[in-house]
Formats: sequence, structure tokens, C-alpha cells
Amino acid sequence: MKSIAFGQYYPADSLVHRIDPRAKVILTILYIVCTFLCKNVLAFAALLLSAILLTIFSKVPLRMILRSLRPLIIILAFTSLINVFMTKGEHLLTPNWSIPLWGSHAWNIRIYAEGLWNALFMILRIVVLLIGTSVLLSYTTTPIALTDALERLMKPLKLIRVPVHDIAMMTTIALRFIPTLMEETQRIMNAQKARGADFTSGGLIRRAKSLLPVLIPLLVSAFNRAYELAAAMECRCYHGGKGKTKMKILHLRFGDVFAVILIIAFGVGIVFLNRSGFYYTMK
Amino acid sequence: MDKIILDHVSYLYNAGTPFEKKALDDVSLSIAANRITGIIGHTGSGKSTMMMLLNGLSTPTSGEVLLDGYDINATFKAVFPEWIKRPEYANMRKSTAKKAIKAEIINRKKTLCFRVGLVMQYPEYQLFEETVYKDIAFGPKNMGLSEEEIKERVHEAIRFSGLDESILQKSPFDLSGGQKRRVAIAGVIAMRPEVLVLDEPAAGLDPRGREQIFQEVRRYQQATGSTVIMVSHSMEDMAEYCQVMIVLSHSRVVAQGSCKDVFSNVSMLEGTGLDIPQITQLTHLLKERGLNIPEDIYTVDRAVELLKDIYQTQKGTT
Repeated sequence: MKSIAFGQYYPADSLVHRIDPRAKVILTILYIVCTFLCKNVLAFAALLLSAILLTIFSKVPLRMILRSLRPLIIILAFTSLINVFMTKGEHLLTPNWSIPLWGSHAWNIRIYAEGLWNALFMILRIVVLLIGTSVLLSYTTTPIALTDALERLMKPLKLIRVPVHDIAMMTTIALRFIPTLMEETQRIMNAQKARGADFTSGGLIRRAKSLLPVLIPLLVSAFNRAYELAAAMECRCYHGGKGKTKMKILHLRFGDVFAVILIIAFGVGIVFLNRSGFYYTMK
Repeated sequence: MDKIILDHVSYLYNAGTPFEKKALDDVSLSIAANRITGIIGHTGSGKSTMMMLLNGLSTPTSGEVLLDGYDINATFKAVFPEWIKRPEYANMRKSTAKKAIKAEIINRKKTLCFRVGLVMQYPEYQLFEETVYKDIAFGPKNMGLSEEEIKERVHEAIRFSGLDESILQKSPFDLSGGQKRRVAIAGVIAMRPEVLVLDEPAAGLDPRGREQIFQEVRRYQQATGSTVIMVSHSMEDMAEYCQVMIVLSHSRVVAQGSCKDVFSNVSMLEGTGLDIPQITQLTHLLKERGLNIPEDIYTVDRAVELLKDIYQTQKGTT
């Protein structure tokens, strides 16, 4: 079934794909912590290197990763502009430029070397954050494996009566049906277009109204699917998480534990690099 | 006469990505006017993709789809030099003529789906209105017809479907599967399309339901003389209802012609994963055993008739 591979998941057989999903969730959290620990040039260089190595080991094409960065451009531009203009430091780069605003007010433009560094660091931090999380999780873990892992990791919450299993099952079903419903939407839209429905012209209200012939059949079929699925699950004697066994039992292997140890060591290494005081350290 | 011509049409899914897939590969064919044409092919042979090209829902990656000689995806640039010579545009100022030509192209695209009525697979899933009447009226309403005209067309469509008119006031969601299907087809027929395209119209129905669907299509075709294109992988149905057949295999046309032409080429059909109708297989076997029976029998009715004759004559001689 091709539709299961939805979202960003990139099917491949790589080192990163093979890591246990539970370990990957922990790795991702630790990796995020690492990106925020970085404070100086050396640390960021190490971080960037780790992101590059991660990408190579995951076998995910670089093009796909760069594409996922595209929507970030505005945020990156915005944060770097703020950093460049708002950071105060010691090494002033610009002469005393000032732009008169109103009355006696004026805007003094002061760009410091520290501001440029900070802007660069912020860009690196955001980019690596995104590459790290997407390579570790979304590109290399199927949504189903991910929810399974989250269920296992949240098991302790059962003690305070959080219905962990039900949440995980609901998430899995929801994820499973996203591509199905998308396909269905496309099909119904085409069918109504064939009867002359027009979804693109007219004002907001008219357009919203023109979607009714799509939404109603879609809802009807979604409900029917839900009933059928519920019936099918009951026929297989599904009654919640109690006593349910798993087809895919996750086994932590040495490699998974090693990966976690490795990333902790990486974090410690970054802390030491920060202390080296090499060139510029972010405050 | 040819109603629709596909001229070297290719269609790629996800063109330019690693997931690229060829659904149609240099397909050229023509579809005769006022006939029922059957398109047969195995799953994944490109049938459904082709249906979507016929009414402009998708645009071919290369090649032309001609309806009455007009490329339905024609761009302004392509038609302008030709059309400007026409009497209705020739007398206009050039800028006015340009505008008028652009308007005509847009208008043609808009009205295309009314001229080529497409019934998709499992059309009963597209019903949405409160009553059957309103649902059938959806198409004609989008055409901008008057209430009078819409009413007439809805009643006409329901007559073709063979359903009772009392059904018009019911909710489409209360009908049986077969009835829903017939109502959905009526919803397209109500637009009185010159070309009616049906993608697997009988899929998933019991033999009686299948027959009712095909009857509906045949009634419409005979009453209006329109062109009908049906897609199916059921040889029996195609042999019974279609006058012309086109066989698709692996995104290409491998045969087109009358039932006789297509079914006589058994070896070619086997290569496409399709088969001749079961009744034809039976008569071929009988012939092998020495019975004097013609080879071009594709429907059970005709076979029964011939076998009866043979039985009578043999009884007479002995």
C-alpha cells in the first residue's frame, strides 16, 4: 500500500532508519538540547558537522531536506535582521548613521560584529534544529512506528490514568486515514468538476458554498469508513489496550543504546567547546 | 465520423520527480460518433487516466485531444492565427478580436464538461443533495439553465435510468447501491452531453444491477444518438453493449475495431492479461469437437439461438 508512506517519510535502508523508534525520540530530544547548548564558533562547527553526517548516514537526498527548509526562509531572514540590528556589543562596524523619524526622534543604526555573529548562529541553530529533527524522525520513521514509540515512552503516565494506549491508537488511525481521505477528496472534487462545479471563482462566501458538494460526500464516506473500521476491529475482538499483544515487538539493541550514549557525549563535548573561549562566544 | 481523436497522447504522473510513472504512452486513437465504444484493459493499463483527459480534468503531458477537430487544451497562441481569419473575427479590430478569442477559449473550457459528461468510478459516492431531484439538477444548474428546463431534464434523466419518478423526492442516501449508481449516472445524463464517458459503470454490482446500468446507458444513447465511451475489464459486458472496441495494455493501444476484429485475435488478448468472453470460449471448444458453429459469437442470447437451430436441424436429419 503506497498510501501508508505519507508525509515526509522517505523509505530507505539506512543506519538512521534502523535505530529503534523509541531511541530516536530520545535522540531527537537530546539533539534539540545540544543545538541550544551551542554558544561559540567551534561548538557550532561541530553541530553543523553532526547534521551533515546525520544526513549522509540517513541516505535521505539532500534535495528533499533543502526543500523542507524553504518555508523557513522568512523566519530566518526575520530573526537574522533583528539580531543584526538589535544586538549591542563592543566592536562597532558602522559609522554613526542615523535616520530621522519624526520630531526630534531618530533611529541610530549601529551594527556590531557581535550582531552578525549572533545572526549567523541563530540561522545555524534553526537550520540544524530542523534538519536534525526531520532526519531523525519524520524522514526516517514511519508515523505508525512513531506513535508506537510514543506509546511505549508514555507508559509511566498510565499510573496517573492517562489512556496512553487509546491516544496512540487514535493517532495511528488518524494518520493512517489522512492519505485515504486526501485521495477521496481529490476524487469527489473531480467528480463534481465533471458536473460543472466551480471551486475557484467568486467571493469567499460563494467559494465556501461551492465546497459543500465536496464536503458532504466526504463526511458521509468518512463516517461510513469509521463504522466499518469499528465493526472490523470488534470482529477481531479489539477491546482497548489491556492484554493486547504486539506484532512488531521493539527490541533495544546495543546500537540504539550506543547512539544515545554518543549524543550525550556530543552534548558534553559541546559544553567543553563553549568554554574554550575561541574567537566569539554568544551570551 | 470521428467525434474524439487522441493524437500521440502521453501522460506522466509526477513528471520530473523520482516517482515519475507513465500512464499513457504515445496513444493515438479515434472514437466514432453516435456509437458505443468500449475501452478494455487490465488494471493499471491507463484506462482511467485516459477518461480524465477526455473532458479536460487533466491535461496530457504531450499530444492533443481533439473534440470535433478542436484541441480541447488549445492555447491562445496556438489558435489565434487560425481563428483570426474566421468571418466573425476578421471584421473586428485586432485588440477586440484578441479579447473575443480569449473569451471563447475560456468559454469552451468551461462548457467542455457539459459536452463531455464523465461518470467516474463508483459515482454513487458523489451524491450530496437532500433529494434525488436536487442532486440530478446539480449539473444542469451549473449550466445556467432555467428552472423549467432543469425540471424537464431531471424528469428525462430519471426516465432513462428506469427508476420510478417517486424516487425524486427521496434522499439519495436512502437508496440501494444500484439505485444510487443509476441516480448518479442520471445526474450526468441530465446535462445531455454529446459524449458520455463512463468509467467502470457496473463495477461491484450484481448481474441484475449491471444490466440495469447498461440499459440506462443504451436507452440514452439510442434516444439521443450521442457518443458513448465505456471502460470495463468485463469482456462479456463489452461484447454485449459495445459496437467498437479499443484494447489498452501497458499504457498503449494494442487493438481497435469491431468486436469481431478484437476477439478473433485470441493470442493478442492473452498477452494483455485479458480474455475473450466465456461464451465465445465455449463455442470455440464446441467447434474443436466438430460442431458446425460460427466463431463470432459473443453473447449468450446469440449462442442459445444458434445452438437451438443446430439442435433442430440435427434432430431433423436423424
